Amino acid sequence: MTQAFDAAEQQALLETRVEAALALARRLGADACEVGASVDQGIGVSVRDGDVESVELSRDQGIAVTVYVGQRKGSASSSDASEASVHDVVEKALAIARYTGEDPAAGLADAELMARHLPDLQVHHPWPLSTEDAIELALTCERAGREVEGIRSSEGASLSSGEGVHVYGNSHGFLGGQRGSRHSLSCLLIAEDAAGMQRDYDYTSARDPRALRDAAEVGRSAADRTLRRLGAQRLSTGRMPVMFDPSLASGLVGHLMGAIAGGAQFRQASFLCERLNTMLFPEWFSLVERPMEVGALASSPFDGDGVQTRDNVFIDQGRLASYMLSAYSARRLGMTTTGNAGGARNLRIEAPLESREALLARMGTGVLVTELMGQGVNGVTGDYSRGAAGFWVENGRIQHPVEEFTIAGNLEAMFQGLVGIGDDIDTRGSIHTGSWLIDEMTIAGG
Amino acid sequence: MTAQTSSMLDQAREVLLAPGGLDLDSLDAGLGHAMGPGIDYADLYFQRSWQEGWSLEDGEVKEASYNIDGGVGVRAMAGEKTGFAYSNQVTADALAETGRTASGIVRSGQRLSSASGIQVHTSARYAGIDPLTGLSAEDKIAMLKQADRVARAVDPAVEQVSASLSGVHEVVLVRASDGTQAVDIRPLVRFNVSVIVVRNGRRERGSAGGGGRYPMSRLRDDNVAERFAREAVRQALVNLEAVDAPAGQMPVVLGAGWPGILLHEAVGHGLEGDFNRKGSSAFAGRMGERVASPGVTVVDDATLADRRGSMSVDDEGTPGQCTTLIEDGILTGYMQDKLNARLMGMAPTGNARRESFAHMPMPRMTNTYMQAGEDDPEDIIRSVDRGIYAVSFGGGQVDITSGKFVFSANEAYLIENGRITAPVKGATLIGNGPQAMGRVSMIGHDMELDSGVGVCGKEGQGVPVGVGQPTLKLDELTVGGTES
Repeated sequence: MTQAFDAAEQQALLETRVEAALALARRLGADACEVGASVDQGIGVSVRDGDVESVELSRDQGIAVTVYVGQRKGSASSSDASEASVHDVVEKALAIARYTGEDPAAGLADAELMARHLPDLQVHHPWPLSTEDAIELALTCERAGREVEGIRSSEGASLSSGEGVHVYGNSHGFLGGQRGSRHSLSCLLIAEDAAGMQRDYDYTSARDPRALRDAAEVGRSAADRTLRRLGAQRLSTGRMPVMFDPSLASGLVGHLMGAIAGGAQFRQASFLCERLNTMLFPEWFSLVERPMEVGALASSPFDGDGVQTRDNVFIDQGRLASYMLSAYSARRLGMTTTGNAGGARNLRIEAPLESREALLARMGTGVLVTELMGQGVNGVTGDYSRGAAGFWVENGRIQHPVEEFTIAGNLEAMFQGLVGIGDDIDTRGSIHTGSWLIDEMTIAGG
Repeated sequence: MTAQTSSMLDQAREVLLAPGGLDLDSLDAGLGHAMGPGIDYADLYFQRSWQEGWSLEDGEVKEASYNIDGGVGVRAMAGEKTGFAYSNQVTADALAETGRTASGIVRSGQRLSSASGIQVHTSARYAGIDPLTGLSAEDKIAMLKQADRVARAVDPAVEQVSASLSGVHEVVLVRASDGTQAVDIRPLVRFNVSVIVVRNGRRERGSAGGGGRYPMSRLRDDNVAERFAREAVRQALVNLEAVDAPAGQMPVVLGAGWPGILLHEAVGHGLEGDFNRKGSSAFAGRMGERVASPGVTVVDDATLADRRGSMSVDDEGTPGQCTTLIEDGILTGYMQDKLNARLMGMAPTGNARRESFAHMPMPRMTNTYMQAGEDDPEDIIRSVDRGIYAVSFGGGQVDITSGKFVFSANEAYLIENGRITAPVKGATLIGNGPQAMGRVSMIGHDMELDSGVGVCGKEGQGVPVGVGQPTLKLDELTVGGTES
């Protein structure tokens, strides 16, 4: 990379800045305060048709201050981390706290919950990559894809590589720093037949560049994914089993987490209100969180409140065992934080897994969904209706691509109707799961 | 130079350049670094924004936040290649470094010089003001509390009310090697209300909101707190009665206004210059051809006064304009930025937009709407034996290559024998853009623009947009309900 980035030096700088902001806030009248600061740097290159399209160098920084005056709260942030600007931000946060209303639940997490065990979780793997090498990798990826017979053109291949430091501190005396990196390579290709054009893509993404898939293999896989969409047919309207590709099944876990998040619970904006300790899934299904997993995408020893993260069990043998709580939402609900300020970190499924073939065989006749479109998920009612594309399956075998249909149901019924999970686990995101087979949904087609 | 442009230029100089010791003359030096060997175009984009947000929950304004963001983005281009770098710091050193970084995309070739800056003359589409100052903190809190009171008074089923008020004051200055120099001061405000209603164990949500490029005080003067609170509760109560939506192909009538999101997805994205230059849009190469039913005229109009999607100048300094995309069903125009216009041998249309200085500009929509037709909306409903009447939508998405688009209704009704009957649960509608536009069979005379809530996402960048349309009938669209 052409820009120098010394993560240790940056972390020390941010720590000094956070401590200074905390001291200033206390001096100016905050009873309690918390400050987050970050610096991120990266390179992004994109190539198209064998030539460079763009090279982008990014460097972002920011500081965010929250103050509490009694039970009143004020927040302010800036991308300018100069001393004068930090002073303005603290003053602005305090000014806001003069106007906001009293909130009995406002405040920092309890001091005794602050993280004390701060191991290096090995999520920082910088990639000393020159612009030229970045371009070469993207070109290799795109070339491999374009060379596959039947590919008409390319929307390009992109490589991005970045690293950053985040520091959080609060007036309990907690100060924690996290360095991290993320690298990814993607390719988007177009194929065409008499019926028109189709596009699809593939990507690889990891914290450690050595864990990325081979560039040419990503390009070829993008080509295969694009070509298999040609000749897509419509589906007729009716009810049938639906299998979700792993990258989409993780979205279903995301909808669940949204519904059991403390914020959705105390706002009563969830289809799973007051469902703690009830059966939501078949009893062979459990969902756990592993925030301290070494090298994983979302690993961190402390959460957004500075609270020590912990292994959580959200679904225990089908039963909703815990909500996902921050210090604030826990107080609102009269519960204890689960160390989830800022969300869930590394969700894993615990269930008997089957091969993709076995799962398709179990489905028999139905639709395998490989793409979803739109935002048709209602977190308040659980109603689910989304645009989709994928493959028609008969007797457990993929027959032909299908498109321009919707799949609809209700998330609660879909969770109850979970039939099986594949061993084809997608590890690119922070939710790891294989395919999900759901017993029945409504398909609307032509 | 008009008085307003001159005073905006002074402001831009003061807030964007002076703090880092820069003046207008130092921009030439900055451009000089970006105009490295082989570079044929470069631009500097200075931006500073002040944003505040207030939110109410449980009858109290418990949260408020303030954000200051700013910096400079430097772009250098050679043919189809773009180099881009940005900095939070706006100093001569930072300009030199980002300029050299951006121009590093090519290392050899002729060194061109940039033209001296000439201020772009443009008609202001909104007042260049700070929208945050017109209301006191007490006024802002009072508006939010009023929304809460009104919503709770409408119906005892209302369990939760959340309301938010937000505003952005943004100052931008563009200086490009082609001599363009432009300033803009862009206010943007918004008020939103969302409610949860519970009756007989059934829970539903309703929401309403809007705003535009004007002072926050206009939101108070327009009494939006009360209007949006009533509207959010009305929608939630309708949804409490909703039955399962039908599944399958059927006629769909779309209400006027916000349902114009159909055009944004089904047509708009596919007519952005970059996708057409690259040939990846389902509309590529179809200029002059019929792409919609006769009577369908769609424009992208940045010039509407005070609208959320309006731009006095775009983010490359090109004046905002009204571009006819489809005229009487015939494809007549693309939306262009400078890069794609140059490569396609066309003129820029003032559609270059970027989320911030830290993002590269792309061709984007502004306010996209369909012009009114001649049909009476009631006749349109009467013409349908069995179908759906959809009046509010949550959002949409398009695959511009295959033309497939979706948009999700959050308030819709059954039409049976020419009459609107039961409300139905939210459902996603799916279609193919060019096909769907060919199935528009009736166009109402009731053109309406949305209330000012749209955010369009493209390649990870969000920008505010507007949509609009009259009541429309599509003879056939796939409705993604659960009742097959």
